[in-house]
Amino acid sequence: MDKPIRVLVAKPGLDGHDRGAKVIARALRDAGMEVVYTGLRQTPDQIVQTAIQEDVDVLAMSILSGAHNHLLPTIVEKLKKEGVYDEVLVLAGGVIPDDDIQGLKDAGIEAVFTPGTPTGVTVEFIKKNLKK
Amino acid sequence: MDNLKEKLRQGNKKATARMITMLENNDPKAIEILGDLYRYTGKAKVVGITGPPGAGKSTLTDKLVKILRKEEKTVGIIAVDPTSPFSGGSILGDRIRMNDLAVDPGVFIRSMGTRGHLGGLSKATQGAVKALDLYGMDYIFIETVGVGQSEVDIMKTADTVLMVMVPGLGDDIQAIKAGIMEIGDVFAINKADREGAAKTHREIDNMLDFAETDWRPPVHQVVATQNKGIEELLSAIKDHLAYLNESGEMLNRRIKSSEIEILELIKDRMMQDLLREDEIQRDIKEFSKNVAERRLNPYEASEKVLRKTIKKEAEKYENY
Ligand code: B12
Ligand SMILES: Nc1nc2c(ncn2[C@@H]2O[C@H](COP(=O)(O)OP(=O)(O)OP(=O)(O)O)[C@@H](O)[C@H]2O)c(=O)[nH]1
Ligand SMILES: [Mg+2]
Repeated sequence: MDKPIRVLVAKPGLDGHDRGAKVIARALRDAGMEVVYTGLRQTPDQIVQTAIQEDVDVLAMSILSGAHNHLLPTIVEKLKKEGVYDEVLVLAGGVIPDDDIQGLKDAGIEAVFTPGTPTGVTVEFIKKNLKK
Repeated sequence: MDNLKEKLRQGNKKATARMITMLENNDPKAIEILGDLYRYTGKAKVVGITGPPGAGKSTLTDKLVKILRKEEKTVGIIAVDPTSPFSGGSILGDRIRMNDLAVDPGVFIRSMGTRGHLGGLSKATQGAVKALDLYGMDYIFIETVGVGQSEVDIMKTADTVLMVMVPGLGDDIQAIKAGIMEIGDVFAINKADREGAAKTHREIDNMLDFAETDWRPPVHQVVATQNKGIEELLSAIKDHLAYLNESGEMLNRRIKSSEIEILELIKDRMMQDLLREDEIQRDIKEFSKNVAERRLNPYEASEKVLRKTIKKEAEKYENY
């Protein structure tokens, strides 16, 4: 309770599917985390600047538009450039084909949670893998 | 640690963000650094935005700040949302209305959960204001949680308080009437695109007629989503800030809020020390039993605990 985990739940790109992001935001709140939610259609720069100002421990991105292979690595690159990647656990979830997951991990996304993953799994993963 | 202090002095963004986190987590190092840097704070103009849930506080903040940015003023924004008393978690959603500002290098937005603090702000909000002041912001806007009637923390934290109302509050106005005069320096009736704005305007005016102060709070009808009336509202806020400076009221307010801040810090410290000491914890448990069984009265019990705490504090400082 003294030090809640701070998470930014973000929706990168022109993707109007926000149910999953809201489900995740609520699940993390119910697990005692402080969740900053910024709504739909965030640019990579908006997400990175928000992560810095909010000093979050976790960046959790939800993407169902199919643009993940382009957007997610761009965001990781920007986090590295700003010197915050080493402190922020970067996750993604949503509709992401299995074949793409390894590539995203190689690009610096720590884990990918696809439809059907119980939220408890995500909560546990976050608690075990915080970078700071 | 000196490194962090140095960076704060230089207006480093990441250091500022980290400082606020440390304040929120009650890190004693943060207090020490902020204490050392305190003399450099107090430059920013601090504007509080308060009002019922969903009144449009965030949307209005976004619009007001955009005008200030055109004037090349830098702005820090602190947006407070409630923490769930059940899980200790929270969803901080005020940024949804301020997305364009996220990438503006002249703006720093920070969301905070109340973390159990009542009064409309979080315990660390005052510290966060100082951190953003050090960061060099000309203005600092603080959005409180949606208030009911007893959340008046904003008064002691802000120079100017903007009270945001909406048309058709009717009974709600009656409910918040008690505190309303003292809280609002400027009133906005947002969502004036809806029915009943003129009536609400009259009702607020009527209430303000009873206020016996030099400053008569102006009332403005605005539509935040359509950017209507925002220029005028910002002028009213600036007028109030100017009035505070010219009348000497600014210093008065800051003296009053410093007094409250000192008292609260003492209270916090006492409570923290109280909760940390096993012996005192044991005493309280034991006394409670006696109080329940009417063998001790609660007044005497608290007196005993207090005395022991003070004695323990004194011992601690003698060994300093
Ligand atoms: C509901 C829905 C819609 C609704 C969205 C309503 C809303 N406000 O969200 C509406 C009707 C608006 C819609 C529109 C469209 N949709 Co649609 N939609 C769906 C559908 C059926 C379900 C999505 C959903 O809400 N699931 C429920 C939530 C709770 O699950 P979830 O988002 O997957 O999230 C879970 C996990 O993925 C994970 N998770 C998700 N995010 C994150 C993030 C993190 C960090 C973590 C840890 C976990 C996590 O946890 C969640 C809970 O378990 C899917 C198909 C499907 N079965 O997924 C298509 C689907 C996503 N839509 C699709 C398409 C194409 C569209 C449209 C382009 C259709 C069109 N031509 O107009 C538009 C685009 C709208 C836009 N602007 O982006 C495609 C996307 C294809 C792709 N990716 O290549 C899908 C996959 C359907 C399909 N099979 O073709 N859609
Ligand atoms: N019709 C109308 N709707 C508005 C206006 N201003 C804001 N809204 C809408 O009111 C809703 C709440 O706005 P916010 O700015 O989030 O209100 P808030 O007071 O910050 O809300 P909390 O922080 O949750 O207490 C949003 O859907 C806005 O789009 C307005 O002038 N007219
Ligand atoms: Mg708000």
